[in-house]
Amino acid sequence: MEIGLSHYLVLSTILFAIGLIGVMRRKNLLLLFFATEILLNSVNVAFAAISHYHGDLTGQMFAFFVIAIAASEVAVGLGLLIVWYKRTGKIDLDMMTTMRG
Amino acid sequence: MFEAIAFYLFAILTISMFSIAVLTSQALYALTALAAGMIFISAFFFILGADFLGAVQIIVYTGAVLALYAFGMMFFDTTRDVVEKRTSPMLVFGMGGMAALLIVLIFAAPIVSDNITALYPVQEGVGNAQAVGMVLFTKYLVPFEVAAVMLLVAMIGGIILAGKKMDTSLTLLDEDKSPLSVETNEKAAS
Repeated sequence: MEIGLSHYLVLSTILFAIGLIGVMRRKNLLLLFFATEILLNSVNVAFAAISHYHGDLTGQMFAFFVIAIAASEVAVGLGLLIVWYKRTGKIDLDMMTTMRG
Repeated sequence: MFEAIAFYLFAILTISMFSIAVLTSQALYALTALAAGMIFISAFFFILGADFLGAVQIIVYTGAVLALYAFGMMFFDTTRDVVEKRTSPMLVFGMGGMAALLIVLIFAAPIVSDNITALYPVQEGVGNAQAVGMVLFTKYLVPFEVAAVMLLVAMIGGIILAGKKMDTSLTLLDEDKSPLSVETNEKAAS
């Protein structure tokens, strides 16, 4: 049985749906970050698959930049999270209903 | 044949690992399941012939990002169970499925209409890492440098945000010294 592009796209969709369910379910901000990592990874799979089946390197390039963006997002997000935890003692999403510093 | 076996094996493993990461109520289980899922994701990159991308996936995600999360978890109280939002599961699954379907349409529309032409075709007789390097340092040089600057900015921002006043606790400072929120003032008052 031959594995085609549609197999990879379906897999990527399933992973993206799992990530979305996590984003909607989680209230803890650290676990919300985990769910966003799953979203970015599922899109990377789709990029690599399309890049392979069309014989083009552009998809892999985009996947690299997505990984770079994910790394910097984690650095800044965790820094903000640590500051927030120092101030309030909680990292629940419901505490962030106000924009007051 | 082996490709199909590998694909289905790693698909099942990845889906189950990410489901654990999303559905469990223990933060530590979520972290380890996420790390395992990231490594299984890199298997797809190796199957697809994107060797360099697979190596980068392992190094960056499981080496850097997950280690950063593990260090971050030391700051938080992760022993207690995670409280979940009270949303109806029908809504969550319906919206998740619809959004995922939208993503498929976005990806599939140019493929179905055959609008994709190979901009930088894969050359013969060149390894994947070499081909990636040639494209990255010629056609994508400016985005590469911008990404480098972005990573530098993120690193400095992370250091400043997390490392500021690391020796003193922000919640124990005087009220006029730090711009604290209402919750902290209440905690300090009690």
